[in-house]
Amino acid sequence: MRQDLDIIYDWVPEKSRVLDLGCGDGTLLERLTREKQVSGYGLEIDPKQIQKCVERGVNVVEQNLDNGLKNFADHSFDTVVMTQALQTLRFPHLVVEEMLRVGRECIITFPNFGQWKARWHLAVSGRMPVSDLLPYEWYDTPNIHFCTFRDFEVLCRQHRWKILHRQVVSESTVSGVLKDFLPNLFGETAIYHLTR
Amino acid sequence: MRKILTTEAHTPQSGKPAGLPANSVGIVEPKSHTFPGPFKLACGRVLDEYTLVYETYGTLNADKSNGVLICHALSGHHHAAGFHSETDKRPGWWDHYIGPGKPIDTNKFFVVAVNNLGGCHGSTGPSSVNPQTGKPWGPDFPPLRARDWVHSQARLADLLGIQQWAAVVGGSLGGMQAMRWSLEYPDRLRHCVVIASAMKLSAQNIAFNETARQAITSDPDFRDGRYLEEKTLPRHGLSVARMIGHITYLSDDGLGKKFGRELRSGTFEQGVEELVEFQVQSYLRYQGDTFSGSFDPNTYILMTRALDYFDLAREYNDDPVEAFSHARCKFMLVSFTSDWRFAPERSREIVDALMHANIPVTYAEVESPMGHDAFLLPNERYEKFFSAYMNNVAREHSAEITSGVAK
Repeated sequence: MRQDLDIIYDWVPEKSRVLDLGCGDGTLLERLTREKQVSGYGLEIDPKQIQKCVERGVNVVEQNLDNGLKNFADHSFDTVVMTQALQTLRFPHLVVEEMLRVGRECIITFPNFGQWKARWHLAVSGRMPVSDLLPYEWYDTPNIHFCTFRDFEVLCRQHRWKILHRQVVSESTVSGVLKDFLPNLFGETAIYHLTR
Repeated sequence: MRKILTTEAHTPQSGKPAGLPANSVGIVEPKSHTFPGPFKLACGRVLDEYTLVYETYGTLNADKSNGVLICHALSGHHHAAGFHSETDKRPGWWDHYIGPGKPIDTNKFFVVAVNNLGGCHGSTGPSSVNPQTGKPWGPDFPPLRARDWVHSQARLADLLGIQQWAAVVGGSLGGMQAMRWSLEYPDRLRHCVVIASAMKLSAQNIAFNETARQAITSDPDFRDGRYLEEKTLPRHGLSVARMIGHITYLSDDGLGKKFGRELRSGTFEQGVEELVEFQVQSYLRYQGDTFSGSFDPNTYILMTRALDYFDLAREYNDDPVEAFSHARCKFMLVSFTSDWRFAPERSREIVDALMHANIPVTYAEVESPMGHDAFLLPNERYEKFFSAYMNNVAREHSAEITSGVAK
């Protein structure tokens, strides 16, 4: 499982109720359901990913997150999770607000645009970064709102969201060591555990 | 003679039955059973006895756990898949989705398709003889609710020895029955599959149904519904009713793609007297005529009323969450983007209520230009989604059996 998902797995309490926004192929929810008796749903918009969820037996509901979470009541879930989808949203800050209304806590992961590779690419080639992590050209990318770890923390402060845990992961070994010293430069993916 | 168009939307297309397709359930024969009464209906009236006609496909397994009930829609019947004879031109109404290797896989499931009580294809209904008078019931046949169908189907399950359905499946009005099953008999189904359906009709839907009923009842041959006794038939009225319904089952886009403004006869040239007729007019009339030759007007009135009256949450304080909190099964829902009669919003209301009640649910909104009829027609995404879900339904129970969890 992806590193960020492993960490989220540890943060989600057993038998709790989880809503996974942009749940992808359902890997996380499947494992949480099977091993931690978690109950919940994944929301997803991509038909191919929805199909994979169904094949895994994950409860997946087709829903566009840009339309908000109005269909969910306040505090109807213990944890609302959103992995690697923040940067694809029209108004990310409004969705985080919604996540903290619907869940008591939320966990968010996103790619770090402040990572050295992205900075290097833009600085040296003068073009938008295209990498394994961000394999899209600027015109066809689903990612429309990139931010760095530092940007996100500013947003948290402005909205008075309380950071319960924060972790930085990196799939490469060199960055894996350096990320602890300079997370915003070497971290590939950030994982934030928030509450109000 | 009117040329028969090959573009029929409400009945699946098929090849010749000679050399039946490999994924067909083949030649099937309807069965019939008369259930002794008294059978009390939701309206308070009692039937002394009733007959249900049904078909089955596939084999019931040893522990009778692989039964799937197919609930039909407004004008449906028991013939959901396969052919009645070698010369049968068309397979059953849901043949695209029922058969070996199809989403409702008859290699895995024992499929039961029933003609609802009140129907006109062999089950007891307005065209049957009222045993108390010796005459056809006609308009005196008691009004029915979806729950009456559910109760009558539960007795059919008893007859077949099926204590618990692997799934109860239905589209449109069939989806309403499936949802009612989940509340009336929560322990008798493991999965509820609701396709292109709603918890209740909108005012617009009721308006269409009323217009259709008015078309029937204002036909001079309707004779207050006693047309069978008087040996007339309000064919014209029923045909118009069907045309109205048919338009609402298709989308503007779908009709446009199929027919455009193409002419069937006449021209717009000056000085030509011949009447101009569009292809779509002739198509609709063909649909209406065919239907009025095979369907009972009183049944159409009865079924549309049952649709209008259906309101899943009415006796649960109008709260769908409270209603679904009685359900014990898992749900799968599908809606279609161009379906304006049972729009995706109606399905999302069901999904929201289920999630609120913390009930397992899976939902897809399938892109299709075919309107409400999409649920009967081939569609790659819909087929894959439906198949994957039904595979889990089959696998889940066999896993339970091997681990000894099953009752």
